[in-house]
Amino acid sequence: MTRLTGGLIDRNAPLNFTFNGKAYKGFQGDTLASALLANGVQLMGRSFKYHRPRGVVAAGSEEPNAMVELRTGARQEPNTRATVAELFDGLTARSQNHMGPLHRDFLAVNDLLSPFFAAGFYYKTFMWPKAFWEKLYEPMIRKAAGLGSLSMQPDPDDYDKGFLHCDLLIVGAGAAGLAAALTAGRVGVKVILADEDFVLGGRLMAESDALDSAAAMDWVAAAKAELESLPNVRIMTRTTVFGIYDHGIFGAVERVSDHLAVPGDKVRQTLWRITAKRTVLAAGATERHIPFADNDRPGVMLAGAMRAYANRWAVSPVKRDADAIAIFTNGDDGHRTAMDLIAKGAKVLGVIDAREAAPRFGDYEVFAGSTVTGTKGRLGLSAIEITRGGRSEWHDVGALGVAGGWNPNVHLASHHRGRPVWNDDLLAFVPSPDGPKGLIPAGAAAGKGGTEEALADGMNAAITALSEIGINAAEISLPKAENMPSEQAAFWHVPGKKRAWVDFQNDVTVKDIALAHKENMKPVEHLKRWTTLGMATDQGKTSNISALAVMAELTGKSIPETGTTIFRPPYTGVSLAVLGGGDTGPLFRPRRLTPTHHWAEAQGAEFVEVGQWMRAQYFPQKGETTWRQTVDREVLAVRSGVGLCDVTTLGKVDVQGTDAGEFLNRMYSNMMGTLKVGMVRYGLMLREDGHAYDDGTCARLAEDHYVVTTTTANAGLVYRQMEFFHQCVWPELDVQLISTTDAWAQIAVAGPKSRELLRRIVDGFDLSNEAFPFMACAELTICKGLRARLFRISFSGELAYEVAVPARYGQALMERLMEQGADLGVTPYGTEALAVLRIEKGHAAGAELNGQTTAQMLGLGKMVSAKKDSIGAVMSRREGMAAEKRRLVGFKPLEAQTQVMAGSHLFTQGEAQTMTSDQGWITSSCYSPHLESYIALGFLENGAERMGEVLIAANPLEGQEMKVEVVSAHFVDPEGGRLRD
Amino acid sequence: MLIPHPLLGLRDSQEFTYLGDANLMFRPDAAAENAEAAFCDYVFQRDNPAGVHRELWFHEQGDRSWLVVTRDTTTHEILGAELASNVKLGAAE
Repeated sequence: MTRLTGGLIDRNAPLNFTFNGKAYKGFQGDTLASALLANGVQLMGRSFKYHRPRGVVAAGSEEPNAMVELRTGARQEPNTRATVAELFDGLTARSQNHMGPLHRDFLAVNDLLSPFFAAGFYYKTFMWPKAFWEKLYEPMIRKAAGLGSLSMQPDPDDYDKGFLHCDLLIVGAGAAGLAAALTAGRVGVKVILADEDFVLGGRLMAESDALDSAAAMDWVAAAKAELESLPNVRIMTRTTVFGIYDHGIFGAVERVSDHLAVPGDKVRQTLWRITAKRTVLAAGATERHIPFADNDRPGVMLAGAMRAYANRWAVSPVKRDADAIAIFTNGDDGHRTAMDLIAKGAKVLGVIDAREAAPRFGDYEVFAGSTVTGTKGRLGLSAIEITRGGRSEWHDVGALGVAGGWNPNVHLASHHRGRPVWNDDLLAFVPSPDGPKGLIPAGAAAGKGGTEEALADGMNAAITALSEIGINAAEISLPKAENMPSEQAAFWHVPGKKRAWVDFQNDVTVKDIALAHKENMKPVEHLKRWTTLGMATDQGKTSNISALAVMAELTGKSIPETGTTIFRPPYTGVSLAVLGGGDTGPLFRPRRLTPTHHWAEAQGAEFVEVGQWMRAQYFPQKGETTWRQTVDREVLAVRSGVGLCDVTTLGKVDVQGTDAGEFLNRMYSNMMGTLKVGMVRYGLMLREDGHAYDDGTCARLAEDHYVVTTTTANAGLVYRQMEFFHQCVWPELDVQLISTTDAWAQIAVAGPKSRELLRRIVDGFDLSNEAFPFMACAELTICKGLRARLFRISFSGELAYEVAVPARYGQALMERLMEQGADLGVTPYGTEALAVLRIEKGHAAGAELNGQTTAQMLGLGKMVSAKKDSIGAVMSRREGMAAEKRRLVGFKPLEAQTQVMAGSHLFTQGEAQTMTSDQGWITSSCYSPHLESYIALGFLENGAERMGEVLIAANPLEGQEMKVEVVSAHFVDPEGGRLRD
Repeated sequence: MLIPHPLLGLRDSQEFTYLGDANLMFRPDAAAENAEAAFCDYVFQRDNPAGVHRELWFHEQGDRSWLVVTRDTTTHEILGAELASNVKLGAAE
């Protein structure tokens, strides 16, 4: 155990957890990383490529090494960072990316083979023999190079998404963020303060600096209490603002219950879309390391992280208390770590400072003008080599802190291609002034990382941000703080012959960068792709700038001349589950239920998804063992008696205005303006390119009032198109449109007994053939006063009607029709029977109106009126369209009981089956109980002239071929007498 | 993205569906001599500028108005939005 005194952990709340099966104890407030260090565990994982033993490097989300799998069972989560995993009682964690136990990884052989894994090895090593890539190399690499593993079970937790709006979004709740929040919060504007950590304070919690001569945590606690008391301020901890999108919209993930063993009644995570008028980017800074020989051993970590572990978590980074700690630095910041460790009673060997004129701030040894040139220790650091002027000596240490300077977290500021700007004084890139609009960097993120300057900068950023939106905010009184010494030298890496790691997670060394340089991969973009530097899950947070510096040295250019590095969203990994936001399974998209849905459910109907709609597919009855039995019964009931089908899902558009007729003339290829009031006409719509688009009926209820229908699939699209032509093309026409699909329930009453059934529910309306002929329509009342619309139209080819009532009466109407028609044998039918009925009648539907067919192909060429302009009319007369010879016809297999598969292609008997000999294809097929045979529809070249010819329908996918006879598409009642009786 | 609807103020772009080039409002005359060629251009040819672009958006999850939105395609900055019907009627005058 290497716990120190103090810290922000609750020693009264011990927590049990396991790592690789071994039980450990930590405290409330620990992360998995801090608890492991407290238990003397330095070895936490293996590196990606060479499987080198690795320990924790950082104390925050930038961690490249300590990647672990959390939890078990369906909640198993790979590739999480131990540094941000909050400890909870019962947490189980495992290291990943090793074969065999962590301390004896068999794949560590890769390290010995490292000469073969140099930069660009993919492109060099696995090129030949060519066939080996797919069969051997790729599977082998995938197996060896994976990180964590998935549970392969569905995620049991709920996720959510939400929208937030604010005047000022503050990203980061450290010194700058808190000062900004207090400044804005006191004015009363809407403020969101978001931080990825589970406590407020940011770096203040990791430092020992006093605020107003008291502990910083006291000031943070007071600020938190005040902000919580302000109703206009929303504090969001455990929330990562991961990306900035157009117009001040930010993506954020709130980890609502990642810190709990199970979420209980909470969601696991929430995806927030935050719209902010202005934003203060107070995201802090990330420390960089200094590459030197063998700098990747467990126990070597960032000096700032070491300070955070000591101050916030009261943890020493060594395995045993007696082990000494050394600091390697190029500036004053490393000395702070030594001072804090000494204050906590840890054993400090001294500070190795690369500068000749190294300062000393306390009672510890300073190795001025010295560097670390080597390390020892198989699974953890045991000694370092300190070199000064060519003279080296080894010192035993248990841990080494490396301080290479701080990089402002410019990530969000570069999401809109804002290119960070090099600052020679800070030796770092700072956000560019022409970054995303409305985003103001503050504090360490702006290169102002001293506590005093960060506090003031946060306050000023809030004042500036609010003044830009016309709000005056006053300065607030800030606590007294000091800026600690922060001089540093431009010292980027320790030259040497051994491997010195730049990117720990992707195993990229200084040598790899030198090789990339030698191979002319000099632009930073090429360097990244050749070496994979910065392309791991940490996006190179701790490595990109060091790599640039090494490349700059090799090319003899300055760092800004060499290039810069910008970051893409997300700031840290975002789970696919939260991006889905709970839209999974039945919640994947909205489900629309028809007005008779619950009734159909009670009848035991099977349902089918049709777009967003759930429609009754068929209604099985007792004793029926196959769906075909049911559908055959339903079809025959319609042909011989009367059937009922909910057809509400067909799109309905109400068209009103003095120019309604003229408007519809232009929308449909056939004439609608001449339609008599009280009559219905079939209408065909084309796309502007001349192809058939949609069909439906137009009913004229009054001189200036039509109701048109669309197919179910195109309801939204046709309405959109109609509004487009109404508003954008012909706004001068006096016409208004509204979609009434959901407002009216519509039930098809079909079959020879339909008139008899309807007679029982209409209020004295004359249904005789003379008074209400085929294609008539009327507004009337039914069931003693219920407002309704009646259309005598038929999809089945039988005497048929469609009756519409306000949607809330849909189910009652269905029940009344069932009750009144009991003695007529009334039968509900679903979409399967509907399809059989329309194929028997030769009516086109989705398979024929698939966007690739023309009016002529459908046998409706004459409907495209030459007397007027309509959408698509001009283009439909193009030469190539007019020359189209395929026509919709019917087909009967010579073996009546064998199904012709839709999609089969048609060939002349005895001819080779090639693209050029293709005669057409089958679009729809079904079993016709009426004809007691399978039947089909399809498009055939010169089809109308080939009745009686026998062709081959070929389905090469299933090796199926059969003979089919060309017949009329109208299998039932071709003269249409039944409709008109 | 946020679209400044002329009647409803700033609305999230998720409420809209996008069509494209606002020149689709200017449908050729079907009676003209070169109608077929004009329609071919109208249906198949679009400018695709890097910079300011006038384009049609439909407020489908809102008030169902078609808007002409002026957008810089390189920055996504929205420079204005008008009711398409007003634009078309204005152009006809």
